[in-house]
Amino acid sequence: MTDTAWINAALTSARPQAVGALLRYFRNLDTAEEAYQNACLRALKSWPINGPPRDAAAWLIMVGRNVAIDGLRRDRRQQPLPEDDVISDLEDTETEIAERLDGSHYRDDILRLLFICCHPELPATQQIALALRIVSGLSVKQIARAFLVSEAAMEQRITRAKARVAEANVAFETPGAVERAERLSVVAAMIYLIFNEGYSAGGDTANARAPLCEEAIRLGRLLLRLFQSEPEIMGLNALMLLQHARAAARFDAQGSLVLLDDQDRSKWNAEMIAEGLALIDKAMRHRRSGPYQIQAAIAALHARARRPEETDWVQIDLLYGALELMQPSPVVTLNRSVAVSKVKGARAALEMIEPLAPKLANYFHFFGVRGAFLMQLGRNEEARVAFDRAIALANSPAEADHIRMHLDRLMRDSRAKISGK
Amino acid sequence: MLYAILCYHDEDVVGSWNKEHDAEIMNKLAVVQDKLRQQGRLGPVARLLPTTAATTLRKSDPPLVIDGPYAETKEQLLGFYIIDCKDLDEALNVARDLGDANPGGAYEIRPVNVLFPGSIKA
Repeated sequence: MTDTAWINAALTSARPQAVGALLRYFRNLDTAEEAYQNACLRALKSWPINGPPRDAAAWLIMVGRNVAIDGLRRDRRQQPLPEDDVISDLEDTETEIAERLDGSHYRDDILRLLFICCHPELPATQQIALALRIVSGLSVKQIARAFLVSEAAMEQRITRAKARVAEANVAFETPGAVERAERLSVVAAMIYLIFNEGYSAGGDTANARAPLCEEAIRLGRLLLRLFQSEPEIMGLNALMLLQHARAAARFDAQGSLVLLDDQDRSKWNAEMIAEGLALIDKAMRHRRSGPYQIQAAIAALHARARRPEETDWVQIDLLYGALELMQPSPVVTLNRSVAVSKVKGARAALEMIEPLAPKLANYFHFFGVRGAFLMQLGRNEEARVAFDRAIALANSPAEADHIRMHLDRLMRDSRAKISGK
Repeated sequence: MLYAILCYHDEDVVGSWNKEHDAEIMNKLAVVQDKLRQQGRLGPVARLLPTTAATTLRKSDPPLVIDGPYAETKEQLLGFYIIDCKDLDEALNVARDLGDANPGGAYEIRPVNVLFPGSIKA
């Protein structure tokens, strides 16, 4: 690795901690970001000559703060009557040492930094864009590419989101236990949103959006290192790793989605699966179940099956049952119906999803799954109607192509039947 | 004399390597390892999963299980085991047995990602 590559990696990894601490000092996101940028510029000059500091984050915090304070002081000098020197108490020479020793701040600094991106008034896409910009430090160009929008549009989106965040008064005091737990769960949901933004991409855009999955996993690991005993954060990490482990097998050469049953399992990433399984193991010991852990356990049962026939569908059905109780939602029931179709057959599965029709009337997957069950039952005409509806609702060309494949199979079957008569 | 070489690095930095860079490093390491292996001088080599997958058993009375890696600085690394277990609970039970035999200190239990057996004759 070259010098610059090493420094870039170190800067990226220190960023959440450094920006989080600078935000605590200056209580202003723009000032904090600018201070961090300035510190990075100095690092790029100083580190190749003097070697990397022992604690990169502490170095960046100290340098960033000093540069920003100098700037503030210069601005002051141009104003008449500089009254109270609010920054004087930050000047003592001990602060550097104190900063290094006081690791307990870091946890709440980083959590706060993630949390301010989750402002409830921000739509999900803005939360994600903001987190990627502020916490991960991706460039606007990189984020724009992942969201498939122009750089100018993304720039505007982020600026707007930042303005919203600035208006919201996020508490800078050290949070209490209850507040910390709430922040943690909101932040976990946001990280999973980032992951899904990448994971739900079609084959044509999967490569451009894969960095979103990787970034979500990086943030998940960061959160787990800060909150080591939280089983749901272990579950979230396991879930993301187990899903992302299948990335190389999820699309064929034409970019069409390959169903789990048809994936080449030798392309699954064994290392990510091992890590995901190890995290579930750790989480289970706490005996405090939660939605991420259950979804991770379901993903683990798929990951453990070397061939589709070895999948433990009975257990998956039970886990979905538990998830339904915890987080009742028609989508969860729809997912469960696939397991039910494997355990009890397509008729039982179809009966299970019929009541969902009003709620999922515009949901692509509902019609895809319904069509598949109908096809298994030989009700081809009804299956065709469901598949047509699914194509009309498809979110990407890959989804539509996938359903067309089913339709082609239906046509072949019908033709075979006619010629067989 | 047998020597153990213990590998330390910033896992954030290593974790941020892309697949190509990771493979490049592993290939370079393999060249060094292969030479030693052919000479019958290479013992087992392991690459561990990240510290987020670690669990620590404090050998107090009773032993205390803590999530995360061993993080104190008052004890020093004195040895290690590689054991084959079906899950974390089984590994923790082995660690408890070892702790009964030798109380005090701690064991960090970390899943092994890859293990190369090596070529030293016992």
